[in-house]
Amino acid sequence: MSSCLRLCTAASCRSRGAMALLQSSDRPVKEVGCLGPCSEGPLAAEGAQLLSLKPAEGEPLAPSLGAALAGSRAISADDPFLKLQRRLVLARCGVVDPGCIDDALAQGAYQQLQAVLAANNPSAVIDTVRRSGLRGRGGAGYPTGLKWATVAAMPSDQKVVVCNADEGDPGAFMDRTLMEGDPHTLLEGMAIAAFAVGAAQGFIYIRAEYPLAIERLRRAIAAAEARGWLGTAIGGSRFSFGIELRVGAGAYVCGEETALIHSIEGRRGVPRPRPPYPAEHGVFGLPTLINNVETFGNIPPLLRLGVEAYGAGTKVFSLTGHVQRSGVLEVPMGTPLRTIVETMGGGAPPGRQIKAVQTGGPSGGCIPASALNTPVDYDSLKALGTIMGSGGMVVMDDTTNMVDIAAFFIAFSREESCGKCIPCRSGTVQLEMLLRKLLERRASAADLTQLEALCHTVADASLCGLGQSAPKPVLSTLRHFRGDYLELLEPGEVVR
Amino acid sequence: MPTLKQGFAALEPVLQRHGHQAHGLIEVLNAAQQLYGHLSEPLLRHIARQLRLPFSRVQGTASFYHLFRFAPQARHSCLVCTGTACHVQGAAQLLAELRAAPLAELSVELGSVRCIGTCSGAPLVVVDGAVWNHVDANAVLARLRELER
Amino acid sequence: MSVCTLRINDHDIAVPAGTTLLQAAQQATIPIPTLCFLEGLSAVAACRLCLVEVSGADGREEPRLLAACVTAATEGMRVQTHTPRLQEIRRTVIELLFTEGNHVCAICVANGHCELQNLAVEVGMDHSRLPYRFPERHVDLSHPQYGLDHNRCILCTRCVRVCDEVEGAHVWDVGWRGEHCQIISGLHEPWGDVQACTHCGKCVDVCPTGALFHKVDTSSEKHGHPERLQRLMHARTHQQWTP
Repeated sequence: MSSCLRLCTAASCRSRGAMALLQSSDRPVKEVGCLGPCSEGPLAAEGAQLLSLKPAEGEPLAPSLGAALAGSRAISADDPFLKLQRRLVLARCGVVDPGCIDDALAQGAYQQLQAVLAANNPSAVIDTVRRSGLRGRGGAGYPTGLKWATVAAMPSDQKVVVCNADEGDPGAFMDRTLMEGDPHTLLEGMAIAAFAVGAAQGFIYIRAEYPLAIERLRRAIAAAEARGWLGTAIGGSRFSFGIELRVGAGAYVCGEETALIHSIEGRRGVPRPRPPYPAEHGVFGLPTLINNVETFGNIPPLLRLGVEAYGAGTKVFSLTGHVQRSGVLEVPMGTPLRTIVETMGGGAPPGRQIKAVQTGGPSGGCIPASALNTPVDYDSLKALGTIMGSGGMVVMDDTTNMVDIAAFFIAFSREESCGKCIPCRSGTVQLEMLLRKLLERRASAADLTQLEALCHTVADASLCGLGQSAPKPVLSTLRHFRGDYLELLEPGEVVR
Repeated sequence: MPTLKQGFAALEPVLQRHGHQAHGLIEVLNAAQQLYGHLSEPLLRHIARQLRLPFSRVQGTASFYHLFRFAPQARHSCLVCTGTACHVQGAAQLLAELRAAPLAELSVELGSVRCIGTCSGAPLVVVDGAVWNHVDANAVLARLRELER
Repeated sequence: MSVCTLRINDHDIAVPAGTTLLQAAQQATIPIPTLCFLEGLSAVAACRLCLVEVSGADGREEPRLLAACVTAATEGMRVQTHTPRLQEIRRTVIELLFTEGNHVCAICVANGHCELQNLAVEVGMDHSRLPYRFPERHVDLSHPQYGLDHNRCILCTRCVRVCDEVEGAHVWDVGWRGEHCQIISGLHEPWGDVQACTHCGKCVDVCPTGALFHKVDTSSEKHGHPERLQRLMHARTHQQWTP
């Protein structure tokens, strides 16, 4: 089975012609999810050997899979991009056929759910999650075990488990990778969570921009229902749990949990003040557990390994931008940023220098090259004025103007603001106007002072996380790249 | 594509799946747009009546989300990805150049899309659902002209 | 009913559990500015004017900014209502509201009786430090009795809430999003064409600015009547009338 040729047909390799290669093949090929270094795609694998089918620069894609394989380039298993990974969440991604539940079952899918149901001890599951120290992988890093315990303690006899798959940060595609490559791990993680907190109803809220992930999840849910891993009396137990897919319609703010709840309920995706927290008052007013895709994806490997072997866990990143090798990688928590960007990603393109690494999307900030030795964990990144975020990592080289990047993110937040509260609705517009003024070299030192003051007001006064963190890309670039701003002031301005 | 004369019968299974409940509104709007191409006024009125919702609530919800459209689509769509990875590789310029090009003559509607998560191909465009990687304006224009041939 | 004690500025106050900070402050006659809030309607915490600095809640010592209209008082809370940080936020909020619309007080129906105008005076906004944006907005005069001037709308959503929660007609909603948000009637059609409207005028009564008005009113002639809503809600809840 493992010697069968595997071809990645996930979104990135698909955009590089993987489907044409698949259709031209005269030998059995197994479709799999992401194999990692997307920039080398289309990618195939035979056993442990990874093959890049990428044509040479300027050449068209080979006319058939056979021809592509003949001209393929092997990527050694010792390549740092592969060797330095620790694939827990993505263990089966690139190995199993995401459209085939038998393949997933043969490789261990739903075994942890079965074990949990056999042990029939929900609080033991929560205790394991709590002891592992697992924190939410969606961005905020809230302790997962605590969240589960809170929902489990709610007295309601009806509860809901929601998977936030509204992966909206531009440059982030870790969750897409898991959903396209190994959807059953997500479903299993959700079912275990539902058993632990006592929920029978589940939703996956997924963004419409991921058509392939939607299709594969639909298929996986139907297959899991048919095999009795979702639905009533799961695995012969008294536990019942169904999952409904809810597709978004293009609204970044729906990644905010109260907005997401409103959207699932068929309303405008507008956040509301908390408390009450979703754990008390969530979807349809029921106690609701919301975790993101990667967090649920951590549950089956955590239970399989146990707290000790699991250790500090891993984080999946999508590495993109001005970097030689881009793609998806899963590394041990605490891996230095330099290892990811330079050793694994190969650093900046020839002749260029890395200037900054952006993490956390529109809610995050830019880390200067001087801080590349920082280990990637929640607290170290926070100290640098950014956040871990969901795992998008965009490398920027020395041709990048950081004021332009700040303006890009503010424009993003302006367009994605729901419009409910005034600091975010109108403040992001004024912030962008100030940044444009700078970029057009019409700004004075007073404008820079006003920019900073308005950033703090928007951050302090906005209602939800989107507005509160919208100024972060400006504040972090002001902190680390103030020179880029000062250079743009009107000629003759006194520089402080 | 089903027509108005059929009275939106094709939407009935979707409405039934959600029990004609208000919380199914976004799912119904998504399905309706897929069936009929865009959300026309009669279609929105039909949905509001079926879900027993006020018209302003249906309009307010539909207009909140970027992907819902209230006018028919051109024959082709070309969406420029404006995610971070595409931005640092020149997406803003690509979008500006395409805006200046006579795309209407080619029956192409230009738009933008938030990151589609295949950033290793940046900058990229999505044309009628297919992803074109590492493009510049000239390359996109040349390939768009091919569409109508 | 359990009681909790808290401190607002220099006042120690005892209130029944579940009381909001806004109600607690009112009880101690400490003024907190509000705009989207209106007694009788659900609170949405959108205008952010009633933000206060709260410490000592849930064992958290560092002050947090919370909206007084939706935050319940808890035992041992310490609340500050007028710190320099809060005053800067309030002034900026008012400036953001003025610059995002087209508010020309001198020719406005609500001049002299406008909650936005009063707040500008209260927060000391003698001019806006941010540039005016002069957006293009329109006026809907299709209704036989009332008008809606979007130029003066601050999206407080009082009209949306009163029509939905009290009148039950749900003529209004918010359309689009972000800077493009606007109040819509029906399927974004002229107000006069919306059959759901009962012509009750509650939306006009609760509008804090001159955005919703009686067509017969000219400049400075519009008076808001939020007290009508409050009387109505009191009668409905307690079966007590003030004839």
